Amino acid sequence: MSEHRIELTVNGRPHSARVEARMSLGEFLREELGYTGTHLACEHGVCGACTVSVDGVAMRSCLMLAVQADGADVGTVEGLAAADGTLHPVQQALRDNFGLQCGFCTPGIAITLTTVLTDNPRASEAEMEAAMSGHVCRCTGYQGIRRAIRQLAGHGAGEAA
Amino acid sequence: MNVQRSVGATRYVGQRTARKEDGRLLVGRGQFTDDVRLPGMLHVTYVRSAVARGRIVSIDTEAAREMPGVHAIYTQADLAALPVQMLSFFFAPIEAPVTLLADGRVACVGEPVAMVIAESRAQAEDAASLVEVTIEEEAPLVTIADARTGPLVHPGRDDNVAAEMGDEDALDAIQPLIDGAAHVVTQTVHHQRIAQSPMECRACVASPDGTGEMTVWMGCQSPHLAARYLSLALGLPAESIRVIAKDVGGGFGLKNIPWREEVAVVVAARLFGRPLKWIEDRFEALTASSHAREQEATLTAGFDAEGRLTAGWCDYACNNGAWPMGEDANIAVHMFMWPAYKLPAYGFITRGWYTNTMGLGAYRGPWAMETLLRETLLDKAARRLGISPVEIRRRNLVYLSDQPHTSTLGVEVNDITPGECLEKLVANVDIAGFRKEQKEARRQGRYLGLGFAAYIEPTGAAGTMAPMTGETAQLRIEPTGKVTAMLSTHSQGHGTATTMAQVIAEQLGVLYEDVSVFEGDSAIGAFGPGAAGSRQGVIAGGATWRASQLLAEKVKVVAAHLSNAGPDAVTISGGMVHVEGAPEMSRSLKEIAEIAYGEPGRLPEGMASGLEAQFRYQPPPVTMTSAAHCCMVEVDAETGFVKILRWISSEDCGTVINPGVVEGQIAGGLAQAIGQVLLEEMPYDARGNPLAATFKDYLMPAISDVPDFEYIHANTPAQTIGGMRGVGEGGAIIGPPTLVNAIADALSPFCEIEELTLPLTPARILDVIEQRDVSGTRDRANRDEAARARDEMAEAPPLASEVSAQGPQASIDGDWNMTLKAPMGGQSFLAHFEADGAELSGYLSAPDGRQDFSGGTFENGRMQFMVKVDNPMKVTLKYDLQAGADTITGKCKMGMFGTAKVTAVRV
Repeated sequence: MSEHRIELTVNGRPHSARVEARMSLGEFLREELGYTGTHLACEHGVCGACTVSVDGVAMRSCLMLAVQADGADVGTVEGLAAADGTLHPVQQALRDNFGLQCGFCTPGIAITLTTVLTDNPRASEAEMEAAMSGHVCRCTGYQGIRRAIRQLAGHGAGEAA
Repeated sequence: MNVQRSVGATRYVGQRTARKEDGRLLVGRGQFTDDVRLPGMLHVTYVRSAVARGRIVSIDTEAAREMPGVHAIYTQADLAALPVQMLSFFFAPIEAPVTLLADGRVACVGEPVAMVIAESRAQAEDAASLVEVTIEEEAPLVTIADARTGPLVHPGRDDNVAAEMGDEDALDAIQPLIDGAAHVVTQTVHHQRIAQSPMECRACVASPDGTGEMTVWMGCQSPHLAARYLSLALGLPAESIRVIAKDVGGGFGLKNIPWREEVAVVVAARLFGRPLKWIEDRFEALTASSHAREQEATLTAGFDAEGRLTAGWCDYACNNGAWPMGEDANIAVHMFMWPAYKLPAYGFITRGWYTNTMGLGAYRGPWAMETLLRETLLDKAARRLGISPVEIRRRNLVYLSDQPHTSTLGVEVNDITPGECLEKLVANVDIAGFRKEQKEARRQGRYLGLGFAAYIEPTGAAGTMAPMTGETAQLRIEPTGKVTAMLSTHSQGHGTATTMAQVIAEQLGVLYEDVSVFEGDSAIGAFGPGAAGSRQGVIAGGATWRASQLLAEKVKVVAAHLSNAGPDAVTISGGMVHVEGAPEMSRSLKEIAEIAYGEPGRLPEGMASGLEAQFRYQPPPVTMTSAAHCCMVEVDAETGFVKILRWISSEDCGTVINPGVVEGQIAGGLAQAIGQVLLEEMPYDARGNPLAATFKDYLMPAISDVPDFEYIHANTPAQTIGGMRGVGEGGAIIGPPTLVNAIADALSPFCEIEELTLPLTPARILDVIEQRDVSGTRDRANRDEAARARDEMAEAPPLASEVSAQGPQASIDGDWNMTLKAPMGGQSFLAHFEADGAELSGYLSAPDGRQDFSGGTFENGRMQFMVKVDNPMKVTLKYDLQAGADTITGKCKMGMFGTAKVTAVRV
């Protein structure tokens, strides 16, 4: 086993650590840094639950090694809401539209939609839905997620009171 | 504030209230099992069998033990230090000789053989890969057809029948009715094997605490049920095990009960004396978690000239695998196939078969095959008769005006509305317009289809099966005036904290925001089986409904006493307590609560201090939910791809607490239905290898596979407190036939789908369009048959029944302790036999009564006699037993309840 020293920021906070070369970024975030909001659901890059942002790009943290994130600016679901607890519009849209049930896949979906909107605040419904094609949700049948996307695209308000 | 607002002025029930659970889940602050880390915790990985069937020659752990971080490697010989009896969901012993780790033999690929305990999961996996398991491989039985003819999966059993019910002899009475029908329609369904695939794989953390106590965090569907199961399986006091499951990433039936791996972690933690964590990975989840659904069934129904049902017969088989979570012949398929339809005569034979594949587990609507068989058969019949799918259902459905109605199997319905749901659906869908569009499209070579289905579902079952009980709500208004609810509920995404808080807020007259719900912990509330059988909204909803009313009554008595008014003059609204005609006497709940807790002297004489109420709700045994759905598809005749254009649900789940939650349940079930019909499959190869090992092979529905669902709610209140009906499973039950019928309608210009093999992949759809074996399904079936023929030539071990001793006839006179293994648990009683030559008489005696019998026969050790029973139903039990010197074994035919195994030992 070879260990490497890495430095990175997670949700704006600096971290440094020694990690085994084989440790995935997802496992590193969860086990070493305690960001357990990132969920590992398939660990082979299909389901998207573990998605985090790396320098603003949505990445599967199960397929990226922690050592590859040396020097990177990583964002996880814990960093989406404002310091005062105000939800990010993506989180709020998911909440307003029953966009989650068990919530296991949700962090990855929230990160993906956030990166799409950060790249292009006027992203269309079709663009966001295309980005969602890389995520699996077993609970919701995607209905609330699609409504959340419409809300984020400026079509229609959320349905939850 | 308007002081005259009455109770219920703030409506919460029926509102799309935002979910309480979302607050933590959306910000990454939930607590799933893998989020739990304890001081000194070690990690568990399993070594699994790569062979489907064979004898374990050796397990070499030497190299693995030398690996860094490894603390222990356990095999079954080690775990056997703590005896375990694995149980089914009904707390009945599993009949197959299942142990936590393989015991001498392996019976399926993925079976756990050894357990590695190490400091990290990675280290445990490294070591596990070095454990050498040598197995003398034998040819496995993979399919139901293999099980019918092949050698025994479990040596020592009579045959490969895991469970059997129904009566083949009944066909003698049914067949003439079918033969005499104007139209006879048959539907055969080959249902693929499904991997339930919750997004969170199975997980367990077990911590030995104190003296003989355990705290267990587990992905489960009810911490109460998991704790009770563990205490029964391990023979430990119930209070010694606490199970916590705050957040669980989906269950869908897979997590109904703890299974081998979870129980092994608990046992190993006790043996090793340190907290252990096991987190299943997706490869294990797909290939080595219990599977679901693999079934083959043929339903035949007769219709008169007008399309009215005259008689039906079903031959049903399901693959139980090697180690099912309870042997199952799926009697519910037959019980619930016809209560919503007027069918004068029905019979069935239903069997579960052991094979060398992963065991059968539950999956959302485990009996859903009945709706698939029936509803696809009805559409086939409608096409044959030249009437519309709506019309054939109108002629046969049980409408409210037909009720009460009792099915031929004795299921009584008195408030089901499948017909009314269908009428509502038809009124909201422009069928004529669609047919016109369909006709025009066909001219352009585009194939549109419209499918309908109707169904009913037994929900909220309580009081007839050991784990299916009522629910408890414990409520208190804290001294702060806020409400705390301690519930027996559990959510794996169901949003029970939300819906229960809505009920409490409305019935108590407080703000939704002021209600905190605690659940997901066996130390909280009382026993309840959680999410199993679409029950929590019905039963826990009723419990919180009534408990809130009881608490409101206490508040009113206190407020009336403080205000010198009558309790009837008091109302609670928005957390304020008002007295009619005396606005100056209005107090906040906080003021009342401070008095109730801090100044009990001001309470009415004799009243207990504090503001608490508790209610355990025992609902009617079953509450029925009804629905009718339709969907529209376009099938691409070139590629065989199906595009779902529209899907409309018309369901009646009684009082809807939260439409957002109800629709979420329906939608989730429908997405799983779409996966089942078009995408998902866990195939096995001939050597018993599961072939879908990743989500690249096991195709889960994605957002692009699922249309926008449209909903019509009928809301006929049930005869329960609150009037709720269950809605958790319905979408997964009615969804498959709705979609299949739409596809069959689209394909009708080409040909009928003669036998339905799921999933309907593009290639299988092209089979129908091009009328040739594009998918290779027929080719494969032929090959399988050839392989089976070869296998039959190989020498198979004889069936146990053929080798049973035929020694000299021993006397059977005297008393015997007899056990009858019925599907929902065993029964033990005293049997007394007296043989007079070949004539057999005697009695069966149990604490609740004695039944005498005579006129039996006793020849060559074979004992045959009949006992008539009146309770709980009239049935004649036909015993057919073989006597040895000190033991008797055999079977008891229990009419439609099937056949039970019988054993007896001399007293």
